[in-house]
Amino acid sequence: MSKQINVALVGNPNTGKTSVFNTLTGLNQKVGNYPGITVDKKEAVIKLSRNLKAHTLDLPGTYSLNATSLDENVVIELLLNKNDKDYPDVVVVVSDIENLKRNLLLFTQIKDLGLPTILAINMADRMDRKGIQLDIDLLEKRLHTKVNLISARKNKGFDDLKQSIIDYQKISLVPCLDASEIDTAYFESLKKAYPRQDLYKLWLVITQDVNFGKTNRNKIAAQNEFKPKSNSEIKRLQQKETIKRYQFINATLKETLTKDLALATGLRAKIDRILIHKVWGYVIFLAILFLIFQTIYDWSTYPMDFIDESFLLFSEFVKQNFPAGMLSDLISEGIIPGIGGIVIFVPQIAFLFLFIAILEETGYMSRVVFLMDRVMRKFGMSGKSVVPLVSGTACAIPAVMAARNIESWKERLVTILVVPFTTCSARLPVYLIIISLVIPDERWLGVFNYQGITLMLLYLLGFGTAVASGWLASKMLKVDFKTYFVVEMPNYKLPIFKNVVYTVVEKTKSFVFGAGKIILAISIILWVLASYGPTDEFSNADEIVKSSTDLSSITEEELETEISSYKLKHSYIGYAGRAIEPAVTPLGYDWKIGIAIISSFAAREVFVGTLATIYSVGNEDEQTIKTRMAAETNPILGGPLFTFASGISLLLFYAFAMQCMSTLAIVKRETGTWKWPLIQLFGMSGFAYVVALIAFQILK
Amino acid sequence: MSTIADLKKGQKAIIGEMNAQEIPLKLLEMGCLPGNQVELIQIAPFRDPLYLNINDTFLSIRKETAKLINVNLIEDE
Ligand SMILES: Nc1nc2c(ncn2[C@@H]2O[C@H](COP(=O)(O)OP(=O)(O)OP(=O)(O)O)[C@@H](O)[C@H]2O)c(=O)[nH]1
Ligand SMILES: [Mg+2]
Repeated sequence: MSKQINVALVGNPNTGKTSVFNTLTGLNQKVGNYPGITVDKKEAVIKLSRNLKAHTLDLPGTYSLNATSLDENVVIELLLNKNDKDYPDVVVVVSDIENLKRNLLLFTQIKDLGLPTILAINMADRMDRKGIQLDIDLLEKRLHTKVNLISARKNKGFDDLKQSIIDYQKISLVPCLDASEIDTAYFESLKKAYPRQDLYKLWLVITQDVNFGKTNRNKIAAQNEFKPKSNSEIKRLQQKETIKRYQFINATLKETLTKDLALATGLRAKIDRILIHKVWGYVIFLAILFLIFQTIYDWSTYPMDFIDESFLLFSEFVKQNFPAGMLSDLISEGIIPGIGGIVIFVPQIAFLFLFIAILEETGYMSRVVFLMDRVMRKFGMSGKSVVPLVSGTACAIPAVMAARNIESWKERLVTILVVPFTTCSARLPVYLIIISLVIPDERWLGVFNYQGITLMLLYLLGFGTAVASGWLASKMLKVDFKTYFVVEMPNYKLPIFKNVVYTVVEKTKSFVFGAGKIILAISIILWVLASYGPTDEFSNADEIVKSSTDLSSITEEELETEISSYKLKHSYIGYAGRAIEPAVTPLGYDWKIGIAIISSFAAREVFVGTLATIYSVGNEDEQTIKTRMAAETNPILGGPLFTFASGISLLLFYAFAMQCMSTLAIVKRETGTWKWPLIQLFGMSGFAYVVALIAFQILK
Repeated sequence: MSTIADLKKGQKAIIGEMNAQEIPLKLLEMGCLPGNQVELIQIAPFRDPLYLNINDTFLSIRKETAKLINVNLIEDE
């Protein structure tokens, strides 16, 4: 029988836990140079030897076991809860050779929990360059554990590391610091009150209210022989603990580590001089953003066209080769165009994630945070809010999660509230088709394409609104939390190619499957609602249309169109659409657009697909939809439906409205209440409605 | 007595006593402890935040926090 143990990878942010995890397991996930990127739990089972398997867990970075943020808390919850199914048999503390001193703080804390703890010192490939030497044997003796030098970049040292994990039962459990040294009297009384508990664990529970087993803070306080301390006293003791640990670490490293200071290269200073320069810093940041958006559009057109064509062919293939009937229609008119409508964005999403991954891997993101903090604070946010705002151009969902490492709750909340204003990739198809309909394809000054300028303006509008509403929200929010801000400035690094590739693949995959499910469901529902009707007028559409038109004056094809549009009008969706028509007419839309807007609340990218289905164009070919849209007439005003006025109104509506259920769900999860997502839903959509109304009434 | 916020670019100092109640623990854990050396690497545009090297850790903090940390200047070597 082979045995399975739990292995947890823990360490400070940015020490390479995820890279080590990738190398150990071959299964990959998000890796970033921006401290604190990993927010979700990643796991994999690996085979260590013939009869030993290890369930390995990659955890978010943490500086110590005194949690101050959500993702740090994950680690403590796990290490204190013996009943957790992932509770580790052995912990591997991944540390960075260049920051060993700071990394050892966490190591000593974990070791003192009485767990077998291996110290894996990563980035060993940088030792020569930095002139670092380490006496491993002595270090092992001082820390009472196994120490392994590894390099995830060069794939070195992993066999030894695996061997250390296999031999985990041989690791000594002697602590680095005797907990009662922190405050003898206090810890004596603690010991008396809970003779059977591990002292250091007890202390951690007291300091941070983590529930584990049966002991929690309230119960500890309830014991009468034990006098609890006030919060400020506890804080003082925590500081004392930190100082004591550093004394131990300094003494240990003095004996074991030598650094040749002459070799410390000035690369960081040289690059910093340009990247955070008071003028060039901003110029470069803007240029990078511009370049990213530019390349995304340029590079993605070809694969997008290809995907578009392929789905069209596929749809036709099904139509011709499947027995005609409901199923064939559902597949070729509902499902395939619906799926095509999401797959077509894969190239853009992939490029966006590629660039974001590179920016994070190189260490540039932290510089942007540094540059932007002062500016963002004016708008109630933190420099760290830039990361969510930039990644919000891909999708608001990961962006909302990326706000987790903002320390101040108020700044984090403001960021979460405004992120959905940034132009996410789902708005893009809507923008593209409307722009192509209502903005002339001409050049201004012979150089700048009006359509391109409009798109750029929409992006700026998104950022601008996010920032402005951040200012508004911070004025209105009465949350009084102490704010502070600490960002580590990592070394510049060349991205590890494998990390970037896996990040892109994984992110794109989850985007497609996440959105894909919704779109699939919606397109089926829509197709059903549009293909059936509640009344006789629907079922007898053929006869009604035939008897009311002069059959000799129109072609067969025109008759078909007449019938299907009559059917649509009397289908379920037609009745629903006409019920909401009064609400959308003042904005310049007809009931079909109204339906498309409603279904967009599941996901914005459904808009084009919905119109495609409703206009009974059996495919997603934009040209066909476009011609069809251009031919639509306004039922009340007459003339074309998509004019400059109604087009602008529609663009503005999509720019501001909160139309994404998944984002609402994530915001609920991150803020813990429905209050904030509801404010977003009604606030943003109400605002969108008013702005679109005003725009149409002025422009018409 | 001056604080980290008073340092000039490139200046080094030794961290002295600090206002313990106000300082985030995280900062201490990153090595910002009495007796350690701090160097001001760079000040961001608009004079905030500050980019520091504390005890071989590179980090950035806001001025309001820097004001809480007293330092003793190291005279130029
Ligand atoms: N030179 C060198 N760089 C490495 C090595 N391992 C990882 N890196 C780089 O270190 C950075 C951080 O790597 P990650 O694996 O994301 O670190 P992490 O500990 O998972 O980070 P968080 O999840 O944010 O806490 C990336 O830029 C990697 O390219 C290594 O062995 N040598
Ligand atoms: Mg990670």
